[in-house]
Amino acid sequence: MARFTGKKAKETPGLNMGSMSDIIFMLLFFFMVITTMRESTLFVKITPPQGTEVSKLEKKSLVSYINIGAPIPQYQAKYGTEPIIQLNDQIAEVSDIAQFVELERAARPEPDRPFLTMAIKADQTAKMGMISDIKQELRGAGAFKIFYNARKGVADQK
Amino acid sequence: MAKRKTPGLNTSSMADISFLLLTFFLLTSSINTDMGIARRLPPPLPPNTEIPDVRERNIFVVKINSKDRILFNGEVGDVSLLKDRAKEFLGNPKDDPNLPEKEMVYIEGFKSEYPVSKGVISLQNDRGTSYDMYFRVQNELAAAINEMRNELSNAKFNKGYADITEKQRDAIDQAIPIAISEAEPTKIGGNK
Repeated sequence: MARFTGKKAKETPGLNMGSMSDIIFMLLFFFMVITTMRESTLFVKITPPQGTEVSKLEKKSLVSYINIGAPIPQYQAKYGTEPIIQLNDQIAEVSDIAQFVELERAARPEPDRPFLTMAIKADQTAKMGMISDIKQELRGAGAFKIFYNARKGVADQK
Repeated sequence: MAKRKTPGLNTSSMADISFLLLTFFLLTSSINTDMGIARRLPPPLPPNTEIPDVRERNIFVVKINSKDRILFNGEVGDVSLLKDRAKEFLGNPKDDPNLPEKEMVYIEGFKSEYPVSKGVISLQNDRGTSYDMYFRVQNELAAAINEMRNELSNAKFNKGYADITEKQRDAIDQAIPIAISEAEPTKIGGNK
């Protein structure tokens, strides 16, 4: 029995931290791959309308956003409270859309250009007058693929 | 002289560094996928194109006014009825003479002819219509088309529209096209 007596209480062995960094690296790569950087800060507040038939927007690199909504409080003194258009980092007019389409097209590699989708991300309170004007501009500029951004869900009855 | 042993690198801070990077990517990433409805705009018409004559039975007019009220073919309606009306119109299951004509079209994916409806849903809105209402109408029309496609897919391939191959989907899309035409908006609610 001498084996069991006369020995000090066993110490808990330290955890081996060697593989810790591997695990963390794995997580890191996962997030690096799925991440998409936020390209621009929005000056407008957008609550998209809700729909049941929505589908996912494919190929994010081939999408340009047209944001429409009322300015956020900091910018209300400058731009008022009516819905305005934001293209990338700037507040724009309907007449700027054609140029915007050209610039966005030029930024894509040649073979991808016909597949450029313009996503209309509009607030639900926006009026169709403005959106129709934008659609006319897009038609004129030859950008026929559009996408109406929405949230999934059942719209509440009015 | 014996070679000196290289001392092992202390890698305990490695985990800290990668944690730091990990937190950075965690905070900056946004996994939100954009959801919505994809549509195609018609190309602009060349000037002095003749507007094709479409028979009245082939058009289903949906009008939305500046107060977000809806009119289907001249009668007051509600968004909740739109889906069934659109399905009835596009499907015309009983070959009603007041509903759209059909044209036999050979579809590669079915290896046979299929009666494709000549019906067009004409959507007209006012400049004062809210985007919310417009989107709801688009959503209901999309729901009608999706349901019809799903039914046809079940009948032809014994599978839902979501589960069939791309070729089969092309065939279904050809049999039930998205026939929505948008007219120029009216200006009754002010020129905003």
